[in-house]
Order: sequence, then structure tokens, then C-alpha cells
Amino acid sequence: MTPPVGQEWEPVCRLEDLEVERGAAALVHGQAVALFRTHDDRVYALANHDPFSRASVLARGIVGTRGEVDFVASPMHKHAFDLRTGRCLDDDHVSVASYEVRIESGVVQVGSRQERRASA
Amino acid sequence: MTERIPRTDPRGTHQRRTLVVVGHGMVGHRFVQAAVERGLTETHDVVVVGEECRPAYDRVALTSYFAASSADELSLLPSGRYDDPRVDLRLGTRVTGVDAEDRTVALDDGTQVRYDALVLATGAAPFVPPVPGRDLPGCFVYRTIEDLDAIRDAAATATSGVVIGGGLLGLEAANALVQLGLETHVVEMAPRLMPVQLDEAGGRTLVRHVEGLGVTVHTGAATEAVLGEEAVTGLALAGGGRVEAQLVVFSAGIRPRDQLARDAGLAVAERGGVLVDEQCRSSDPHVFAIGECAAPGGVMYGLVAPGYSMAEVVVDALLEGAGTFTGADMSTKLKLLGVDVASFGDAFATTPGALELVFADAVAGVYKKLVVGRAEDGGHRLLGGVLVGDASAYGVLRPMVSSGITLPDNPEELILPARSGAGAQLGLPDEAVVCSCNNVTKGEIGSAVALDEDGAHACQDLSCVKSCTRAGSTCGSCVPVVKNIIEEHFAAQGRVVDKGLCEHFSLTRQELFDLVAVHGYRRFDDLVEAHGRGRGCEVCKPVVASILASQFNGHVLGAETKALQDTNDAYLANIQRNGTYSVVPRIPGGEITPEKLIVIGEVARDFNLYTKITGGQRIDLFGARMEELPQIWRRLVDAGFESGHAYGKSLRTVKSCVGSTWCRYGVQDSVGLAIALELRYRGLRSPHKLKGGVSGCARECAEARGKDFGVIATEKGWNLYVGGNGGANPAHAQLLAGDLDTETLVRYLDRFLMYYVRTADRLQRTSAWVEQLDGGLDRVRAVVVDDELGLGAELEAAMVRHIGSYRDEWQATLEDPDKLARFVSFVNAPGTPDPSIAFTTERGQIQPVVPDDGSGAGGGRTPEPVLVAATIGVREQA
Ligand SMILES: Cc1cc2nc3c(=O)[nH]c(=O)nc-3n(C[C@H](O)[C@H](O)[C@H](O)COP(=O)(O)OP(=O)(O)OC[C@H]3O[C@@H](n4cnc5c(N)ncnc54)[C@H](O)[C@@H]3O)c2cc1C
Repeated sequence: MTPPVGQEWEPVCRLEDLEVERGAAALVHGQAVALFRTHDDRVYALANHDPFSRASVLARGIVGTRGEVDFVASPMHKHAFDLRTGRCLDDDHVSVASYEVRIESGVVQVGSRQERRASA
Repeated sequence: MTERIPRTDPRGTHQRRTLVVVGHGMVGHRFVQAAVERGLTETHDVVVVGEECRPAYDRVALTSYFAASSADELSLLPSGRYDDPRVDLRLGTRVTGVDAEDRTVALDDGTQVRYDALVLATGAAPFVPPVPGRDLPGCFVYRTIEDLDAIRDAAATATSGVVIGGGLLGLEAANALVQLGLETHVVEMAPRLMPVQLDEAGGRTLVRHVEGLGVTVHTGAATEAVLGEEAVTGLALAGGGRVEAQLVVFSAGIRPRDQLARDAGLAVAERGGVLVDEQCRSSDPHVFAIGECAAPGGVMYGLVAPGYSMAEVVVDALLEGAGTFTGADMSTKLKLLGVDVASFGDAFATTPGALELVFADAVAGVYKKLVVGRAEDGGHRLLGGVLVGDASAYGVLRPMVSSGITLPDNPEELILPARSGAGAQLGLPDEAVVCSCNNVTKGEIGSAVALDEDGAHACQDLSCVKSCTRAGSTCGSCVPVVKNIIEEHFAAQGRVVDKGLCEHFSLTRQELFDLVAVHGYRRFDDLVEAHGRGRGCEVCKPVVASILASQFNGHVLGAETKALQDTNDAYLANIQRNGTYSVVPRIPGGEITPEKLIVIGEVARDFNLYTKITGGQRIDLFGARMEELPQIWRRLVDAGFESGHAYGKSLRTVKSCVGSTWCRYGVQDSVGLAIALELRYRGLRSPHKLKGGVSGCARECAEARGKDFGVIATEKGWNLYVGGNGGANPAHAQLLAGDLDTETLVRYLDRFLMYYVRTADRLQRTSAWVEQLDGGLDRVRAVVVDDELGLGAELEAAMVRHIGSYRDEWQATLEDPDKLARFVSFVNAPGTPDPSIAFTTERGQIQPVVPDDGSGAGGGRTPEPVLVAATIGVREQA
């Protein structure tokens, strides 16, 4: 997970500051980012913006699994987004940005926007 | 059983033999059927002598005769004759004696018939204990269609009747008396009903059901005499008790009709019955006995299935086969007075080391017990059990006892309320006998619905399977399992029906509610681990949170439940389209002092909130940023407000008109009652939101009948309506009970709401819940008003517990830093407001600006109000 050129890792909070299986919003590189901590203590970061309701709310959704996929359900109209990729599980044409995350000495760091294979 | 069809005696030779069957009841008929099917009539002429005036009928279903249009409906041989001409059926004729030396029987029409083989199938007769007065007119037994005709005639002039005997048949007879409109009593000597089959607790549950149907039960009561001069007037009980009745039905057990055998000098068992060996052969090798008149190995069996087995064994013996009868499963399943009752295997846990697993749902009147023992492989196996109120699991459980298979890891699942596909999960082996009456295995049912060589199904549905395999065609108790096996089969071909909540739980809300009640789970993780799969989702997590809240009333943001809460519960406020929240303090009954009104105004002004009066007579403050909620509530709580739960699936408001205090038409104090009810039920988490209303007179200004519960004042008290709502599918509440005093009204409401909370489905509103209940509003009335299940006290106690554990959620949140931690805009910039939230002004108040493209934080502030279109937004406030 080497950060692409031109992007810094930004320390955001301690892992314990995040509730398990719940999200929290953070300001990273000037953007609202939703951080999610899953039951196995992995952390994911998506843009906080729900493209359906156009409100900055994804961090406040319920976290769960669909099959093997960890996802968050938007608190607005319950659209589901894959925590790893930001892909909307209910609508193939929609996705939100996802960010690289790493944990160094208990501190959650958010890196650059992830490349997506299928993105335009 | 090997099947041997002797062909040594071709038809027409002089060596044809004669087989005489005495008795054309259920077992005698089955014997003749089997004899014809298996070719016995190729070598034998069969003479059947039956004392009753009609051919065999379904005695097991005798009680349904009252509902039947004629006796023909029960007939097992409606044409009155067998197709095989070699069977000679002589009805209305009695065998008066057997001469075992000469091998002849004497008939009451004076004729004699010689036999090569004689089969006694004379059944049993009701036992009438030798109490004085037992021969008085008005005394009956319950065995034949003629008995029922006589009882019906006598009931026409009687007002009350009593059944002596609280066993299986006694309760059937009691059912009949109830159906005939008599005030009905049951007198049982043992301390509980059905003492042979049920344990204490099962017997108690049954008494509750039976009494709920209006039957008076006297247990531990011995009958001393039947009273009356010319006819029955009542019963005297030991200890001085008396029961008034003009009709008495004796149902104190049965005795085998073995008199013919006794007179012929054949051996009989100590407790009655023709003593026979494993081939059902009596002490005379030419004489067999089958059914209730027989006692194989000294034991008589008062059920039809063992009799059927005996019939097959004797046909086999006459064909020189090797079939034997070595005892029978005495398991029973019946519907008594509409109550399912089953008892099977070691129901009393007498096996050393046996454990009991009990599920009791007093709300539904269900008692289920499994008796479990150690299997050889170290796992558990089922030894027996008792089911009262819901015996749907019987068909699956009974074969588990006989096949001895190792139980699944969660054996309690077997008795938790039935769910779709139970049979599939339980994985019965193919050789398990599913229908014990007709000895049909799971494998045979499977092949009936399987594709044949031409690619066609032999059977497509249950009725075809029933007629092809006979499974489920006798007592019917295995029908649900047969159905499951068929469904499972079709499901395997791609037709799947799943009634589960979501991919994580194949259970309904009510099933989860029961699991939480039985196991006391307090964490989602434990529940999903034991009974589900995966990590949950936006559907099941809030359901579990709501169930935990209904049962334990912990804080919504408590450590174990905070991650489960849905959008609004998660922040104790209602989210709006731009991600801000609305705040609704409780204003019970819509009554508010000027001081408090001013506080609301000040808070709205200071936090710049949009203010609107709601339909529930309170004030909604919109546009609060999430991180502002604690400060706003600090102000409100300090002024004496508490959460209005506008965000929860819980009680919202109890709306009221101004009532008799001010209104010149009012007849009762509707405001006072509305406030009391709103405070009583505040914070009650439920499957859907709940609203109430109280109107002070019949003008109904509070629109109470548009609420889940509505109260309308009358001159004499209150009328209580339930099951109303507005919204997309409006429903008018229906009258549950009228002219109640306040205390009774509150009692009924406590019961109604708790009954709903316990049994409704996810997001099922009271109207839909009432509608889908078996019996609808009448069922609600039976439970809530008439307390037919005897649950009133329990439901009320649950409500009292709720009331006692109520705390204002917002006050508790403000006092706890852990709960407050969530209320920050950004974890790494708690003081920075979310820049994407922007407002404009309209009619002097703020309104959200929604960015018109999808570009993330875009939008920004729009300083000038822009009127895009003159639309009036309609939105539902959760
Ligand atoms: C109300 C009721 C409910 C029941 N419910 C159940 C149930 O749920 N499950 C269950 O397994 N069992 C039930 N039973 C019991 C079941 O009906 C019997 O086990 C079954 O009928 C026994 O069959 P059988 O042929 O041995 O006797 P029967 O059906 O009684 O037939 C015997 C026949 O022989 C005739 N007979 C007797 N003596 C002579 C003679 N000398 N000459 C000519 N004919 C003679 C009788 O008149 C009678 O017709 C119930 C019984 C009753 C009464």
C-alpha cells in the first residue's frame, strides 16, 4: 500500500476513537470522509457524501455484511455501499470515492483516493 | 415383511377356505382392505360380521359428526360393499358365540358360519364406573354415531352437561357438549387433565385453554353418585361438591370387548383383551385378534395405528409370512377443543440422565417440552416430549425419537415457534417414518413427488401425495411435515420461499423476540452467532435493538445496542434531507404552559431552527446540526422537557381535544386522560410507531379513531378503539370494549400494547397486526378483554416493568460522556461545522439548500433565496 505520488498519509484519530461496526466523519485533505471500523478492526474510508440524497451522511449509517461484503447502508434511503471500493451494491452505475487507510501505532491514517478498475 | 402370494390354490377348486371377521370397525375394515390388496381372497372367502348398522367409519373423527351433513361423511366404505365379490359383508348382525372346537360362529340372526380362520376385531367399549345412578336417563357414553345422536337429542332440552373423565376422550366429549351449546363441566379424578400423557405444566396450560373456552374443569375430583329421580339432575362429588347437569357423559376409559373369547375359553390378558402372540394369534391357532380387543403380550392399545399394524400382521400370517407385531408407539397428537396436544416417547423424563428443555409462551398459550438424553456419539438424542397449544413440531419430533438420530446443536430450535422449512433444517433421514398411522417414510414421500422416467411428476401437491402414499390420511398430525418435505423437494428445484427477516436471520421478528425471551440474550453478536449468520445489516440490527429495548428497556445508546440503531435512534433525533435533524420535545396531550412555550421559542431562536406545529399537537424544531443536539437538549432538559421519541419506533403522542374542562359538549376529561396515557407509555419501543388519541365526546375532535389506540368518552366512561392509523393506508380503529371505567381502560390498554409488542412482525402497524391474527379483532378481545388465556396479569406486569424502568433518554445521554462522544461533526475537527450544510430563508425562517449536482461538498452557501418552482414538498417525518 504505497501512497501514490503527491498524496500524503494524513493521521486522523486513534483506532479506539472509532466505534466498532459504526462510522465516524473526518475532515481529510479538506474533504468529508466517512471512516468505518469493522468487527475485525479493519478500517475503511469512503467519501461521506451520499450521491442519492446529496447529503453528507454516510458515516451515520448502519454497518453490516451482504454475503462476504462489508457495507454501510446510507441513513437516508438505505442504499448500500461496499466499504472496500465505494461501489453501490444496489446500483452498478453509482459509487462513492474510497480512500486508502492504514493504522500505524494505533493511529488511523488516510491516504489517497483509491484507483478503481471500472471507473470512468 | 416378505410378501408371499400363494398360488397353489387356484380359484375354483374345492379347497377355498373361509375367513370370518367379527367386527366391522376401523381395524376390521383395514384388515379386509389389506386382505383384498394382498391376494388373500384368491384363496379365501371372507365373511365380515358387523354389529353396527352401517359400515366402518372414522371413529377417530367421531366428533366431526356434529358438523357433518350426514353419517356418510365419516364412512370408510361409502358404497357399503367391497368391490371384491368374495367378501361378504353382513351389517346389523352380531356374533353371539364362538365354538372353537367346531370352528363355527353363531350369529344373532340364527345362522352359523364355519371358519378356517377367525379374526376378532370387536374393539372396545367405554368403561362406566359403578356409581349409583349411572343408569338414569341422561347418562351416555361416547363411542358410536348412535351415542352421538342420543346425546344431541338430550342436549336439546338440557342447559348443562358434565363429562366424567378428563383424559383424551373426555375432552373430546366436552368439546362436543360445548358445540351443542351446553354449559360444560369436566370432572377428573387425577390432579390434572390428560394425566396419562401430560406433565404438570402441560396439564396446566391445557386447563387454561380449556377453561378459556368456557369449560369448567374440576380436577382431583371423584364422582360419588349421579343424582336424580326420573332423570339426571347432577353429580355429587367426594368431599361434598355438586355439579348441576341434565346430561352426563361417561368417559372414564375403555375396556376391550373380549367376551366372545372368554366364553370360548381362549386366554385373556390380566387387564382384559384377547391375549395374542407376536402374530396376533390367540391361544387357539385358528383364532386371531386385532385392534382394541386384542392384547399382544398382555398390553392393549387404545389407538388406531397399532390396530392397523396388527391387521397387516394377520394378513401376513395367513399368507404364511413372517410379520410380527412387537409393540407400538403410544405417541398421541390431537386437537382437543381446538387446542393442539401431543405427547410422545418418554414424556415424563423417566430415562436416567434425561434432561428437559422447556419453552413456554404464555401469551400464545403454548407449552413445549423436549426430553433429551445422551447419544452414543456423545451428542444428544430425543427421548420424548410434550406439546400443548402448538403441536406443529410433532411430525418431525416423533420420528426423531424412533430413529434415534443425533440432534442438531441447538435442540431448542425444535420447539421454538414453527418457521418455514423446519423439516429441511432438521434433516430427517429417508428411512424415518413420517406417517406412523400408515407407516410411510420420508423417502417414500420424496419419491412420490420426484420426476419419473418420462420427466413427469407422479404428484404435484399434498393431496396427491396423501392419496398415493396414504401419508397424512388418517390422523393428519404429520401433514405439516409431509408438506415441508414436498416444499423442500420443490425448493431444491429452484422454488424457494423465505419468510426470514434478511440474509442474516431466517427468522421472523416474533421468533427472534421469543429467542431473546428464552435465552436472555442481550447482545446482537450472541444472537447472530447462535441463530443467524454474517454480521447483520440495516434490517436485522434495528429489529434486534427494538426487541432488546422492549424486553429490557436499556438505553438506546447503551454499549451493547448503540451500533445497532437506525438513523434516527442513533442520534435521538429525526434526520432531514440535508443531514440536519429535527428536535421534538414531549408535550403530553398537547398541553403546555406559556413558560415552556417560551423556552421552546427561545431555543429555536438561539439555534436558528425552523419551527412548525406537528399533527400530534407538539412543536418540531428543524435544522439542528448533529453536533448541536446535545446543547439544544441541555436547554430543553433544564427547562423540564424530555424526549418526545419522535425518532423511535415507539409511542409518539396521545392527541386530545380540550375535553369537559372547557368544552360545553365534553363529557369526560380527555386532556387529563391523554396526558396520563402518554406518560404511562412513553418510551415503549414497539414494532412500528404508535399513536393514541382521546376525545372528550362523540364529536371525536381528537380523531382518536385514526390512531393505534383511540379513546372516546361516553356518558358512562370510555370506549376503547384499536388498530387505526393515518398515512398511506388509513385505517379506522375498531371498538374493542365499551363504557369502561378508567382503571379497566388502562388495564386493557396495557394488555393490548404488550400483546402487540410481543407478537407483531417488523414494521407491522397495529391495524395490519390485528388483521393477520388468527381470529382478528375477536382474538384480541379474547386475550385482552376476556383474558381467555389467563395472560392478563403477565402482560400488565410487563408494562409495569416498562414504566418502572423508564428514564428520559436525552437526560441520560447528557449525563454520560460515552454517549455524547458520537455527537461531533468530525472526529479530527469537532469544532468545525459540516461545510456542506447550507440554509436559505423563506417566510422568515431557515430552509435547507440542497446542492443540485452530485459533486460532493458542492453547493456551498446560496445567499439569495431562489424560487425554482412553486412546489410544495411533501415528506414523511419517520
Ligand atoms: C371419540 C373418539 C376419539 C378417538 N380419537 C382417537 C385418536 O385421535 N387417535 C387414535 O389413534 N385413536 C382414537 N380413538 C380410538 C380409535 O377410534 C380406536 O382405537 C379404533 O376405532 C379401534 O378400532 P377397532 O376396529 O379395534 O374398534 P372399533 O372401531 O370400535 O370397531 C369394533 C367394531 O366391532 C363391532 N363389534 C363388537 N362386538 C361385535 C360382535 N360380537 N359382533 C359383531 N360386531 C361386533 C363394534 O360394534 C364395532 O363396530 C378415538 C375413539 C373415540 C371414541
